[in-house]
Amino acid sequence: MEADVLVRAENLQKHFPVTEGLVLMKTVGWVRAVDGISFEVRRGQTLALVGESGCGKTTTAKLVLRLETPTGGTISMEGQDIHALGGQELRQFRMQVQAVFQDPWSSLSPRMRVRDIIAEPLVVNKHVSGREARERVLELLNDVGLRPEQADLFPHEFSGGQRQRIAMASALSVEPSLIVLDEPVSALDVSVQAQIMNLLRDLQVEHNVSYLMVSHNLATVRYLAHEVAVMYLGEIVERAETDDLYEHPLHPYTQALFSAALPAHPALQRDEMILQGEVPSPLNPPSGCRFHPRCPFAKDVCAEVAPEWKEETPGHFVACHLY
Amino acid sequence: MIGESVSSTERNAGNVVLDVQELQTHLFTKWGVTRAVDGVSFQIREGETLGLVGESGSGKSMTALSLLRLLPEAARIVDGRILLDGDDIVRMRMPDVREMRGRKISMILQDPQTALNPVFTIGNQLTESIAARSGRNGGRRSKQSVRDRAMEVLRMMRVAAPERRLSDFPHQMSGGMKQRVVGGIAIESQPRLLIADEPTTALDVTIQAQYLNLLKEIQRETGVAILFITHDLGVVARMCDRVAVMYAGRIVEQGGIHEIFDNPSHPYTQALLGSIPKMEERVERLTAIEGQPPALFALPQGCRFAVRCPHVHDRCEEAYPAEFTGSGGHTAACWLLEEKWKPTSS
Repeated sequence: MEADVLVRAENLQKHFPVTEGLVLMKTVGWVRAVDGISFEVRRGQTLALVGESGCGKTTTAKLVLRLETPTGGTISMEGQDIHALGGQELRQFRMQVQAVFQDPWSSLSPRMRVRDIIAEPLVVNKHVSGREARERVLELLNDVGLRPEQADLFPHEFSGGQRQRIAMASALSVEPSLIVLDEPVSALDVSVQAQIMNLLRDLQVEHNVSYLMVSHNLATVRYLAHEVAVMYLGEIVERAETDDLYEHPLHPYTQALFSAALPAHPALQRDEMILQGEVPSPLNPPSGCRFHPRCPFAKDVCAEVAPEWKEETPGHFVACHLY
Repeated sequence: MIGESVSSTERNAGNVVLDVQELQTHLFTKWGVTRAVDGVSFQIREGETLGLVGESGSGKSMTALSLLRLLPEAARIVDGRILLDGDDIVRMRMPDVREMRGRKISMILQDPQTALNPVFTIGNQLTESIAARSGRNGGRRSKQSVRDRAMEVLRMMRVAAPERRLSDFPHQMSGGMKQRVVGGIAIESQPRLLIADEPTTALDVTIQAQYLNLLKEIQRETGVAILFITHDLGVVARMCDRVAVMYAGRIVEQGGIHEIFDNPSHPYTQALLGSIPKMEERVERLTAIEGQPPALFALPQGCRFAVRCPHVHDRCEEAYPAEFTGSGGHTAACWLLEEKWKPTSS
């Protein structure tokens, strides 16, 4: 098992200081955006981070992309701590990790032709010749289902789905081993979402690339992810293989999240477990288990002691006093 | 839940609140005339929720804006009737339209952030609309009674500690809370029709569930008819009694919620249902609809879905399909149904 782990995060933390004053900025508190999480992304597979806004999933993605520096813990890729990299190794890392964002309207430069957008990471990182780059662009266009003559167009001449294809082609140009997908289909029209989801799956197999996907759409996650980690207030509360998690959610928060998700058919109305209140502020998270003020099964111990991480069934981890 | 939605379709007890007939709203642009809404007809009864489903550019929001006569400058209602309790909104004079907006028809938009004014308190904005409405009613209300009413509205929307919330500014509230305030303003006048345009897409899953339940509850109490505009079939499955599916400016299929989900009859609806991932079961491969919706200024003469339709034949390209009626008022505009269903009598 060890061998196929590509990315490993251990006890990862990102606390943002909250400051007061303009000149002498005094730290008055910490927002614990990510607070001691551990996960692995396996080679050629997809790990999805799910949770509601403010749970820390996007901060985690940024930490993996090296867009933020952790305040504690480590992330390693192929055994190397990515935040300790420099020089040649860092350049190598920049090629190995790519990202595709939610909004294809703002993630592509409006003044660049598609061929240049796709070739840019290649030219910047690999110093390839013009002809090589051109050939590679045509290959990639074909891979993502676009036509060669579309290489000379500008992004505004494409629909949302096609732009997401362009973004994927650009990400794949440097043959990365990991692509961070931040809500890759949620800005697209329903009829186009399926095209892109199928494309993401096919490309993963063809290019043997891992995805770290951030999403709040549980149906999309079920379709694309091999493994899912559920986040709540900066912590991972449950982690398991996708089918296992969807069929046997253990943590009360996971159960509530699933029961609140919209049904695919009107006859599938679930027994709803509607949570009261809203997610508390990560500035001052509740004591003990962070979910206890909203948990319908909370016991006395939940308010006092933070639950331990347990492997309830093989490969299915949960942090809850009920287990 | 299931029992309820079935009975409310079968009951048919409520009077027709809104009757839209052959609505045509066109956009006049420098590239030509765009038929954004091209002959749309539907009805909504008291206490009923109709889901208007479609992708961007299908004309669903343009339809909603037509109901309020809030169209952008380039758009005009060219033909058709919009009967609200029998009065035709299309032919209404502007003062009457203003009188109707926010009183008989209210609307909740997608983003509560833009619906509320950031420099006024929640209380300010609530009492302003309450006072304005009571002013139009002839009787002026005292400051105290307006404030009481504002608290009552917040309480109705399950906002905790309403007296404190009244002095909050929008930025001090979460998205879900703001959407409750917006909903409160919309519901306060006890409208006949509530238009909800993707009100929960900006909200988190658990907050969305709370909000949708709240809307259902308010509908049960007040009997308000709801036009729910969405692209999310999950929202439809949870909220609606009937569904109208729009594609490129026209309704291609309309029927009871169970009819549409169990027996989708237009190839577009079928494809749409086949292309959504499910969280309830493992799907091996989604059947994606290839291509994109057509551009509205270059619409084909025949069926607008023809180029993407797996069942396309010559006739589809020659003429726009007639509408056919199946069982239980289920209608669809597709030539494939000619032998199975009866032509819709109009």
